[in-house]
Amino acid sequence: MSKQYRVLIAKPGLDGHDRGAKVVARALRDAGMEVIYTGLRQTPEMIVEAALQEDVDAIGLSILSGAHMTLVPRVLEGLREAGLEDVKVFVGGIIPDEDAETLRKMGVVEIFGPGTSTVTIVEAFRRHLAGG
Amino acid sequence: MDLVEKALAGDRRALARLLSLIEDDGPQAREALAALHPHTGRAHVVGVTGAPGTGKSTLVNELAKTLRAQGSTVGIVAVDPTSPFTGGAILGDRVRMRDLAGDPGIFIRSMATRGSLGGLARATSDAVKVLDGVGFETVLVETVGVGQAEVDVARTAHTVVVVEAPGLGDDVQALKAGLLEIADILVVNKADRSGAEQTARALEVTLDLGRNNAGDAEAWRPPVIKTVALNGTGVKAVVEAIGAHRAYLRQSGLWDRRERERIRADLMQALEETLVGQLLERVGEEELDRWVERIAARETDVYTAVESLVGLKEHSRASGR
Repeated sequence: MSKQYRVLIAKPGLDGHDRGAKVVARALRDAGMEVIYTGLRQTPEMIVEAALQEDVDAIGLSILSGAHMTLVPRVLEGLREAGLEDVKVFVGGIIPDEDAETLRKMGVVEIFGPGTSTVTIVEAFRRHLAGG
Repeated sequence: MDLVEKALAGDRRALARLLSLIEDDGPQAREALAALHPHTGRAHVVGVTGAPGTGKSTLVNELAKTLRAQGSTVGIVAVDPTSPFTGGAILGDRVRMRDLAGDPGIFIRSMATRGSLGGLARATSDAVKVLDGVGFETVLVETVGVGQAEVDVARTAHTVVVVEAPGLGDDVQALKAGLLEIADILVVNKADRSGAEQTARALEVTLDLGRNNAGDAEAWRPPVIKTVALNGTGVKAVVEAIGAHRAYLRQSGLWDRRERERIRADLMQALEETLVGQLLERVGEEELDRWVERIAARETDVYTAVESLVGLKEHSRASGR
């Protein structure tokens, strides 16, 4: 049996738009993954704690508020402190190119902008998860 | 094994890894469970079950908060269904448990059923043992949203809380066998909605009917408690009832009896898995496929195949009978 992947989908920050997160959660479910969905308004600390307790292989963060440059680094830092640096972090939302570049350098494995198809997203999750 | 020692010392990452090991099964998981076994048997295991949307997760959130306020540490296993088609799952119980974040006295683990049908995952009872073994004083087990007869939780938990909501059926529903029979505590959640009073009354009447038939005045009579889990109303009464049921189990000797029933069930499950596993290893997929083909072609049937596969009739068949 192939490994059962576990993925956390979380929405950090204060915007209330969770449709994107739900669409991605559903796509990953249909791709055979176990998706832990935590809902709206998660703090970076809550996300790190959930990732630890649920022993996930990857985290998908959906951010539409524009606060990605404060929220994402705090999640990455929390993961490092908790010894979870091997957890792959994906970000979806409205992320300007220069910010995306910075986030990638900080360790985000993939960034998905508006209009990205779920096929592309699922394929990216699969590729990075299989890559160790 | 190192993982078990770390988890026993309070390392939460090791605990999480251990739970994954047990979900994915395998020889390491069995070794870990063997090492943990002497530490288990102390936690009060409370199952929370009921139909989808009755408010199980919200109630678990409130129960955990109240138990924490009273000083008990709380481990939570929340089960959601696996898709029978893709093997994927959405585990969404944490959405309702956000109040519990940041408390080191709480540990929440979501679990997918991975094909089990009784309301729990195959690994749930082992996951409960792990949380018990590392020292959580209360372990809350939230089942998938169930229908009428998914009663596996009764084997895993000491105390079963069945959550109902108004408007789900008339008093004949309350008479039916199954879910209501395993309830040690009945909660009518969403009690601020209309019909809550009728639902509670129908349940009370059913319980009294059962009590007359049992003819045992000492027996536990499940209380019916109305709650509004969303704002915490009535939750304290549920926690008190959980405590009272624990005291009843202890003093009636039922605690030990249920423990033995559970161990027997675990033993049977482990035996089945081991024996079937051994058999499949010996027989192999191809041989199994051949039998499937023969049965489909009506050359033989399932029962004859099983007899032959486990070797019961090998000789008589060979001798041409």
